[in-house]
Order: sequence, then structure tokens, then C-alpha cells
Amino acid sequence: MASASVSALNSNSLENSSSKNVSRESLRMEPLTNIPYLPGEEKVTDKEIIYMCPFNGAVKGKVTITNYRLYFKSFEVDPSIILDVPLGVLSRIEKMGGASSRGENSYGLEITCKDMRSLRFALKQEGHSRRDIFDSLFKFAFPQSHNMPFFAFLSQEKFLENGWNVYSPINEYKRQGLPNEKWRITFVNEKYELCDTYPTILVVPFKASDEDLRRVAVFRSRGRIPILSWIHPENQAVIMRCSQPLVGMSGKRNKDDEKYLDVIREANGQTAKLIIYDARPNVNAVANKATGGGYEGEDAYQNAELIFLDIHNIHVMRESLKKLKDIVYPNVEESHWLSSLESTHWLEHIKLVLSGAIQVADKVSSGNSVVVHCSDGWDRTAQLTSLSMLMLDSYFRTIYGFEVLVQKEWISFGHKFSSRIGHGDKNHTDADRSPIFLQFIDCVWQMTKQFPTAFEFNEHFLITIVDHLYSCRFGTFLFNCESVRDSQEVKLKTPSLWSLINSNIEKYTNPFYTKDSSRVLYPVASMRHLDLWVNYYIRWNPRIRQQPQNLVEQRYMELLALRDQYLKKLEELQLSDSPRISNNSANSPVSPNQIVHQIQTQF
Amino acid sequence: MLSLGSGGGKAAKPSFISYVTPEEIKIKDGEISRKQKQPDLQPGEVIFCSAYPVLKCEGPQRGVYGTLCCTNFKISFISEESLSEETAPPLSNKLLGENDIALSCVDQIYGVRDEKKKLIIGGQVKNKYPPKLLIYCKDFRVFQFCLSYAKEEEAKKIFQGIVHHSLEPKSLKCAFAFSYCEEVLSPEVSKKIPATVMFESKDNWKLELNRTRSSCKVAHVNENYVVSERLPQYFAVPFAVSDEDIRKFKGQGVPLWCWSHSNGSALFKMSALPNVQDDGTSQVYQMFVDRMTNAVCQNQMYPVKTQDFSSGFLPLADLQQSYNKFKQFFLIDNTAEFWLSDVKWFSSIENTGWLEKIQECLNKATEIVLSLEEENSCVLMIEEDCSDLCCLFSSLVQVMLDPYYRTTPGFQSLIQKEWVVGGHSFLDRCNHLYQKEKESQSPLFLLFLECVWQLLQQHAPAFQFSETYLTVVSDSVHIPLFSTFLFNSQHQRDTATKLEYPDSQRHSLMIPSVWDWSLQFDWKVQALFTNPLYVEKPKQDKALRKPYRPKHQRQFSLPNSSSKPSPRKSFFKEETDNLKKMLSGMRIGKWINATEMQLSATRQFYESWQRKPLDYHGLILPCLDGPAIKIWLQRYLRWIPEAQIFGGGSVLTMKKVSDLAAEIEDLKNEMEKMAHNMHAGNTKKLFFSSFHAPTRLSSSFPFASLRTWSTRPVIPTSIVQSLGSVSNLAEKEDEDTEGVEVF
Repeated sequence: MASASVSALNSNSLENSSSKNVSRESLRMEPLTNIPYLPGEEKVTDKEIIYMCPFNGAVKGKVTITNYRLYFKSFEVDPSIILDVPLGVLSRIEKMGGASSRGENSYGLEITCKDMRSLRFALKQEGHSRRDIFDSLFKFAFPQSHNMPFFAFLSQEKFLENGWNVYSPINEYKRQGLPNEKWRITFVNEKYELCDTYPTILVVPFKASDEDLRRVAVFRSRGRIPILSWIHPENQAVIMRCSQPLVGMSGKRNKDDEKYLDVIREANGQTAKLIIYDARPNVNAVANKATGGGYEGEDAYQNAELIFLDIHNIHVMRESLKKLKDIVYPNVEESHWLSSLESTHWLEHIKLVLSGAIQVADKVSSGNSVVVHCSDGWDRTAQLTSLSMLMLDSYFRTIYGFEVLVQKEWISFGHKFSSRIGHGDKNHTDADRSPIFLQFIDCVWQMTKQFPTAFEFNEHFLITIVDHLYSCRFGTFLFNCESVRDSQEVKLKTPSLWSLINSNIEKYTNPFYTKDSSRVLYPVASMRHLDLWVNYYIRWNPRIRQQPQNLVEQRYMELLALRDQYLKKLEELQLSDSPRISNNSANSPVSPNQIVHQIQTQF
Repeated sequence: MLSLGSGGGKAAKPSFISYVTPEEIKIKDGEISRKQKQPDLQPGEVIFCSAYPVLKCEGPQRGVYGTLCCTNFKISFISEESLSEETAPPLSNKLLGENDIALSCVDQIYGVRDEKKKLIIGGQVKNKYPPKLLIYCKDFRVFQFCLSYAKEEEAKKIFQGIVHHSLEPKSLKCAFAFSYCEEVLSPEVSKKIPATVMFESKDNWKLELNRTRSSCKVAHVNENYVVSERLPQYFAVPFAVSDEDIRKFKGQGVPLWCWSHSNGSALFKMSALPNVQDDGTSQVYQMFVDRMTNAVCQNQMYPVKTQDFSSGFLPLADLQQSYNKFKQFFLIDNTAEFWLSDVKWFSSIENTGWLEKIQECLNKATEIVLSLEEENSCVLMIEEDCSDLCCLFSSLVQVMLDPYYRTTPGFQSLIQKEWVVGGHSFLDRCNHLYQKEKESQSPLFLLFLECVWQLLQQHAPAFQFSETYLTVVSDSVHIPLFSTFLFNSQHQRDTATKLEYPDSQRHSLMIPSVWDWSLQFDWKVQALFTNPLYVEKPKQDKALRKPYRPKHQRQFSLPNSSSKPSPRKSFFKEETDNLKKMLSGMRIGKWINATEMQLSATRQFYESWQRKPLDYHGLILPCLDGPAIKIWLQRYLRWIPEAQIFGGGSVLTMKKVSDLAAEIEDLKNEMEKMAHNMHAGNTKKLFFSSFHAPTRLSSSFPFASLRTWSTRPVIPTSIVQSLGSVSNLAEKEDEDTEGVEVF
């Protein structure tokens, strides 16, 4: 009974992709039915092929392409190697070698994935053997480039829970105590006229009229005016988010914007200076003036203080992750691991993001309202506001709460998932792609590691989110903003990732979770405590598995099962009248001695 | 009866102690009249000097006044503020309080004048004294004492006293253990540890030979150290080795038995015979060694592999140097320094080479395990004195192979067998006496603990003890009260403790063993030494009294590996190395070549082991990949306030597991009670269930106290931008394609 819970803890969310037998925790038998077809999933083609596994060498088997996934299964049974890759994960498909190229297994396909791995397949050099596979892959992996719908729109999956009901802006604001006498809900953006990348429902200062908002929108990049993300239940300090002001080279000012920020400052009655966190490095903020952007100048915003958080842009993050992949896939850098890791700067970026969020949370919890922005207010800004909200508000540390947080701060406020991930788009070199959301999830993981009992969800939950960030099986992360999602009728036509998770919530629950309502969590943003998320970034490597934390979790689950076993037996014993229990063994299937014995062997 | 740490100031009557100058004693007398607090003194402990008022700085703004004094055991600060129970650290030591530093625990002392730190070197102290004193301890505590409020004379005395007693050479007899034992007439002290086998008697060795079903025999030719002072009185050797053989070169060149595998192979160590020029002698030596090797392999029944450590593998001086660099990153006395060293943290740590040393050790140990387990061959380790790397590897190999050594009593017995009785020169290697020529100093024992810690964090359920236990063992090395880590050999211990004028009751001093944990900690604290994750061995196996599970549990099938190791011998060393060098140089092997690349033998061994179902009572092997080797954060970060995660850390989950284990223990008892209709035995409240209030827990548990609890976060400062190389990207605008409209 314990083993069942153990396999559920397996951190490979995409249901175990490579080298089945290699991991000792997934020794369960593979069902004979080959592909776990999803409702609505259809086979496109299949072929005998050689998978060039970086860990096990060349493996002969059969690959099947469906409209959702690439599925490979080796002919060899021991070890049986299975690849199960949603096509959405594919970033680049290339032919390698030509009909005349020499060398064994030099003719085939090379596939780069968004989830830190690359796959190589080899085929026989005869009769354009790869053409069919290549074409099908290309078409179904990049449906947007072929005027085809995402799989999420074809899916017939049904779930017990409807994840689309998880987030209702009105309910969430109500939970925060909004509207109140200082803050109101506005429908000025109902038709996406104020800002096409914002949601329809916004919370703004009570004192600012819709007309004021329109005038402010003119001065903020893409009309992304300062709006409320979170309000402190006691001191009423707020986290506002927006885009950069359009100051430009000439240093333009906008009285409405200045007044608007001051109204925000006044709202909680104890903010002497509104702190504006500009997520960018100072130089970048200055450079932005050349393209019409910029930052809030001291002269114009007298009651505000501007602090730069030095977080780099999407291009830097993309390159950093690329370097990280280089040192972990397929093989982990052998010598100089630590300096290689350092040279990717990945953890350094994590540190900066976390330390920015800590500063935001600290200010707000001490009663000071803050405004957070970067350039457009949909990348770094989302990271900072959501992480600081996670530190400040224990609700967001529950499974439903976290879903609300992602739905609100990321999806509804227009993080450009489509552009950043490149869903269904063949253009793998697109400079708009960047692992900003992954970086956020990594930061969350760092927090769960430092506070292992404070989060209701487990690591598997985070990995599942990241996996389906790419998979296109759910509508959750599709498209850039609410206005597009509305027009595509995403909520009606696609399933939500939260449906999957909430229908099977135990699988994603952290057994150590301890409700601790009011405390603010401040992680330590020091390299000494930041770790590479091995269970995500190096999960394809069969040698590196089983991080200590999982061991503890596994052991805890075993003990929980053991306790329940004891409780049950104890109950039985009590029922069967304890004084004569030793003579009673004929009635019960097992004698108490045997029970004791069985249970001990579990240890 | 012992009266340890009981109530304040029960000063022992000072006996004559040669190292106290009359001047110092006078000061001590003068002190008594003063209205200041006295430190808790141990039996045999005397105060040399003290100063009042001294300010102990805690962070940039905080400080407490009190008395600073120096005794023959410790440097002690007695705070004027009384410590409340609540804020005291959970792991309280009966011998040494929170503000006590054992003299041999002092690592470095700095004088601070005008914000400038200057290293104080013993023996070079002039009449001046610095206004501020910075004491770095070997257990990574850092103390700052401000002397400028005390009377000049007192301040000078305390400064000179501290420097003299902690940084200058002294004689072995000055070790506090001797003064202590003169006072404590308690012969039962070291006999109170039944579970730990001390390996000081013939019977101990016999039992161990039986336990492992070894065919070796106990040699007692060295009784009273008549053959060698380096060897213990009793040890085990192959059956074919005669007493004459042992006498021949005073024990050199003789294979000493360490451990036997159930498959018949065994581990031996040997001190190398000296290199000689003379052909005749060298021939004699060679013949002798051949005969001894033959004894090891029981006349070719088993192949023998030799591991020669005399040829510069892991030089001791390198270890010391590497550790010196490493530890410096954890001796931090201010916030700015903390964040400054955070910037290039990973490469800084890598450059010290300490983690690499750990990795190398684990790899070598795996190699030896491979020979024993997989190739059924005996392993003979050779080293000049066979008391350094031999101790390290033989104990490490046994921890990996024998689950008994992963229990607490087993682990302690192992340290007795391989290190204490095995003749590791603790006195020299730890430099307890602060000798000037520090070449002999080397943190070998710590390296062993580090390696065990790596195994523990990778395979926690296989160990009965916790990381706190390992940390405490590593700290105890620097408490000069225990015989365990104080001497270079058994002979030295026996000689030093022999009483010149034996009284009627005793012939020698009984210096307590460190394994008598009750001397340091009460039972409640000792509960923290138990690993709640430990998967206890099923009962029926215990009944069979098998040392560990028989081999069928883990039949490895290494590709091409047969029981005859010879054809792979050359492949083991050079070929893989060359291949690796070649591949890393060209950075190919990432793709197709990656699989064709010959993995090192130990790696293959690890991989095939990993594929088998895991048995915590069988062999465990370490993963040696970069990400798997970690820094022992508990040991190194525990006192650094900036690194403390308030209300966080792995202790939170450990506590939950521990509580649950205790609950199961209760249920089990209750059930047995019901089943047998009798009273259950006393419920053992194991683990640390007694430490409640999870909000008071932090990542530094159970070490640093939470007095400095802060509701404000630590915000990194001095985040130096080291991202220069990507500047062209950094300057780029986020949205290339769209661009912001220019107004």
C-alpha cells in the first residue's frame, strides 16, 4: 500500500518519459495497451525508428505520432524505454544527415524540446524514410504555423472539477476585502478599450474616476495603468502594478499620472513616500527613454521614491537558461560543476528576483504602499508581484490559492504566454521567447524548499504546471491576454489545467503542509541556500534522481500508511473485546502477533 | 558521583598546576572580592584571569556586558543578562555554555583597531592589546569582545591570557582532561557505554571476527606494546601470519585486518616497509611482502588488489590547505562580508577544492567497495604508517558495505576500531597542542565525517544517526576532555595516563570517552542524534544475527565483469583517465559519443547498483555527480544570522516525521499491550518531539538560539553585477518586434 503512494510521488510529471526501468521508484508494470490516448487524440502516423538515447545508446523501437504527442517505445523489454512527449514541448525539428551521409545512424531527425532535453532519432537511409514523420511532426507540433487549432481545442477530456471556475476576479477581490471606501472596482476596460492586455475587471483608487484612468493610460506604456494587485488586510498597504511611464528623451510629465500615484499613496493613510520598484537595472531604465519609455523622475513624483531592482530582461534570461541546458543535458558537466553553474547566472537571476520580491513584501508588511513595474509590466512585474503576494498571503500557498495567483497575476494581467513560450509556432529563434514563467516557478520551488511545510502543494504540482505550460493540452496558458482568449472562447472550447489537478488533488498535495495563517515568509535570497532545481532541470538523467527532500516525503508517506494500518488494527482489536484477544485469533484472519510482524517488516 | 555543570561557581580547589604563573593566580584571588559573576567550573578547572566589564557584540547594534575570563579549559563570557530558558539553544551542552569556547576550539584570533582586522599570532603579543577581540572558533562560532570598557590592566591580562592559552604551544599534560580526571575519581565513566565496542580487548576483536565470519585471528604479541608503540595491544591478522612475522619489522609490512565481506573477501591495511637502496635488504623485504600478500589471499583463494596511498594520493598538506580556504567562507563576522562573498559563491567554494576532495574520497572508497563486493577480491591498503588514509578509507568502505556501521553504536565502534585503536594521530592531525610546525596537521577525520554526511544526505533512511549527531561529533573533537580524540596512539594514551604514584584505588587516570554522551548532553538533547528517517532492520533478521543480508540481495551484473579482475586492471586507471581527458578537451561526447564513451568503472558500478531495488540494509553507494555533492550546511551555516531561515529549513519536515514516528511507537506499544493483555514497556519518547513550537524553529536548529529572531527579512546588499558578458543582450529592449511608440 505504501508503494502506490510512492509511485504517485514520482516527480516526472509527464508520466515517465525516458528509460522506465532505470528509476527504482517506477518499477510498476507497463500496461500492454501502448499509447495512453487522450479523448480526442488521434493517431497520425507511426514508424520503426532508432532512438539515440544519450543514456542507453541506440534503441530500436516504434514511434507513433498523434495530434497530441510523440510516443516512442523500444522493442526491447528489459529495459523498456518509453518516450512520451507532447508535441507542444517541441521547439525545433531538424533533419540531420542526408541520404548519402555516412556513418551509422547519421540519418534522421533532431528535436529540441522546451523542457530541457533534446531527442535524436535515426532511420534507414532509403526511400525518404523520414519524410512522413518529419512532415507530420512539423505540422502537428506547430499548428499555429499551419492554420490548425491547438490540441486543447480538439480535446474531449472531461474532468470532475471545472478548473475554469477556480478564478473569479470579483470573488478574489472580495476575499481581499475589496471594494472598500478607498478602492473601487471599475469596468472601464470591459471592452478592452482602455488597455487590450488587461482584464475587464480592475481595482483602482476610489478617488480616481474612469476619466482619470483614461488620461493616465495615455502616459503608461500600452495603457497598462497602475492597478491594484493586493491589499494588506490590516495596514491597507497595497501592491500596484503597471508599465513604465512614457517619459521619453525630453522627460515628459503627465499631471494626471502624478496625481494618480499620489492618490494611491494617500489611500492607506500611513505611506509617507510611495515606493516605486522598477524591476530593471538603472541603465536599462535610462536606455528606455530613447524608445519613449523611462521611469518616474524625482521632480515629477515628489512623494515617491524610486528603487531599481536590477533584474535583467527576457533576452538575458533566455540565454541563461540555454547555458544551463548546456551543462545539464544530456550529461551533467563533469568537472568544475559549481563554476559552470555559476557561469550560467541562472541562480543569480533567481536570487535577484527573489530579493526584489522580498523587498516588496517587506515594505508592504510594514505598511508602505508600493508600485511595481518594469518596461511593459508583464514579465518581471508579474514575477515580483506574485512572489511577494506568495510571501505575504498564506492563501496563495494553498493549491487553489496558487491557481488563483497564477490565473490572476500572470494569465489575466497579460503575461504574454503565447509569445514567451511560442505555442504551436515553428519560429524557434523568435526573440520574444523567454523562460520568465519557468523562472517564477523556480523561485516558488526555492521557497518551498526553504519552507517545506508552508505550501499545500508539492514539487509534482510545480512540475506539472511547467509541463503543461508547453503541452497545449489545456487552454490555461494559451494566448497572450484575456481579450484574445475571449475571442477564441478558450473557456468554452478547451479544458483547464486546474481541472486535471483539482480532480486528483492528493497527488499534488504536500503531506507536510501545516496551515499557518498570518505569517509572512521571507526566504533567504543567498546563494548559500539557493539550489539548482535538479528534479526539474536534470530529471531526464537517470543517474540523478531522488533528491533528499523527496526521500523525506516518501518516508513520511510510508509512515503515514503505517500509522493508519496500526490505527485500523487497533480499532479492530478494540472491537473484538481486548481481554480475550489472544484466544480470538481463530475469528480474525490474522493473529495479532502476525500483525505486529507484518508491520515491522515495513520498516 | 559526577557533578557537572551543576549550579554556578562550585570552584574546585586549585591543585598545583605548573603552567599557571604565580602572577595569574594572584589576579584570580583579587577577582573574587569583586561583584561579578563566575563561570560554571568543571572539576579541576581553574580561572587564570578575567576582565570586567567586557562588551560582547551581537550584530552591529546589539551587545551585552559581562565578564570575560580564561580558565585552563575554556574562554568564558558570563553575561550580565540572565538567559531565559526559552531563548537558550535547544542543543545545550553541559560542559560548555553558549558563550564558552574550549581553548582548543579557538581557530583564529583577530585584534580589531580602527576597523582594521589584524591576525594575532601566538608568542608575538606585545604589551599592547587591541580594543576589540574577534575569536573564530573551530565550530564556526564567531565572537566579538570589546575590551575598551575594562580596566587597562585587566584587559591586557585577559588578552594575553587568551592568546597564551589558546594560540601557543603547550604540553600534552596541559590538556584539560588531565586536570579534570585528577578531580573526578570515577572509574566507571568510560565503562558506561555498553553498546560501543572499544576494541581494547582481545574479546572485542574476536567478536568482530565472528560477526563478519572472518578467518583471521587476533594477535596479542603486542601486549604491553612490546613490539610496537604504533600498534594497539590487540589487532587481527590473517591466519598465516605468525607472531614472528609481526616482530620481524615491528609490525611493518604486516597486513592488519579491517573487515571481512560475507563473500569471503576482506579489507586489510599495512604500513609500508621503508624504501631501501641495498639490493639484499630490498630482496628480503620483497620476499616478506610476497609472503604477507599470500597470507592475505589465503594462498590464492582470493585475488588481492593493493591500494598504495604512499604515492601522493590526497596529500595531507593539500587537505589542510583546502580546508583552510574552505572554512574561511563560513567564518563571517559582518553582514557586508556575508553578501560580498555571496556574489561569487559557487566558484569560490569550488576554488577551495574541499568538495572535490570529498568527491575524490568517495570515489576511491567506491573503487575499493567494487573490488570487495563485485570482484570478490581482497584489498590491501598500504600507507607509510597506515594511520591516515587507511583509517579514512577502511572506515568509509565499511560504512558503505556494512549496515551495522550505520547504526549509532556501530558507527562509534567503527571509529574506535579504525581511528582510535587504529592509531590515527589525532593529537598531531588536530594540532591540539598548537605546535608550531603545523605540517602534521590535517583534517582527515573531518573529511571522513564529511563523506559520511554526503552518504547520509543521499541515503538518509540507511542511517540511525542524524546530521546533528555528525555535527556534534565533529565539534567534540575540539573538546580536550575526552580521550577519544586526544592522543596519537593507544600507547601514548596509556603512557600519559599512567599515574606516577599509583594510589590504592587506581593505577591510571580514567579519561572519559566521547561516546559517553551523557557527559555533554542530557537525554532529551541526545534524542536529536536519532534520525527519524531511519528504516529499522526487520526483526526476524535480528534473530538470525546476521551481520547483514547475504549477497543474493544484490547480485550485480556489471557488463563484462567477471570474478577475475585482472583483464580490467589497466582499464581501471589509465585508460579511462586518458579517455576522459581527451573527451573533456574536445568537448565531444555530448551526443552520440556520450554513450560510446567508456564510463569510469565506479560510475558503471554505481549505475548498475542504482538499477537494483534499494535495500537500506545492504550496500549503499554515493552519487558523485556535481549536483549531488552538497555543502554540509548545518555544520557550516548554523551560526551565521544572515543565513538563518526563520521558521524554515529541513528541520520542519524532520520534526513532522519524528512526531509521526513517535506516534507509531505509541500505537505499537498500545497494540502489543492489547494483544498480549499486559502492560507495555515504557514508551520511549524518541526523537525531538519534545521541541515544540514550530514557529520557533529555524534552519539553524538545534544550534543557534533564536534570541535574534527578527520579523524583518534579510535583504541582499552589494549585489554586484557580474553579468558583463551578456551586456549586449542586457541592453536590448524586451520587445524587439513591437517597440514602444515614440511620443
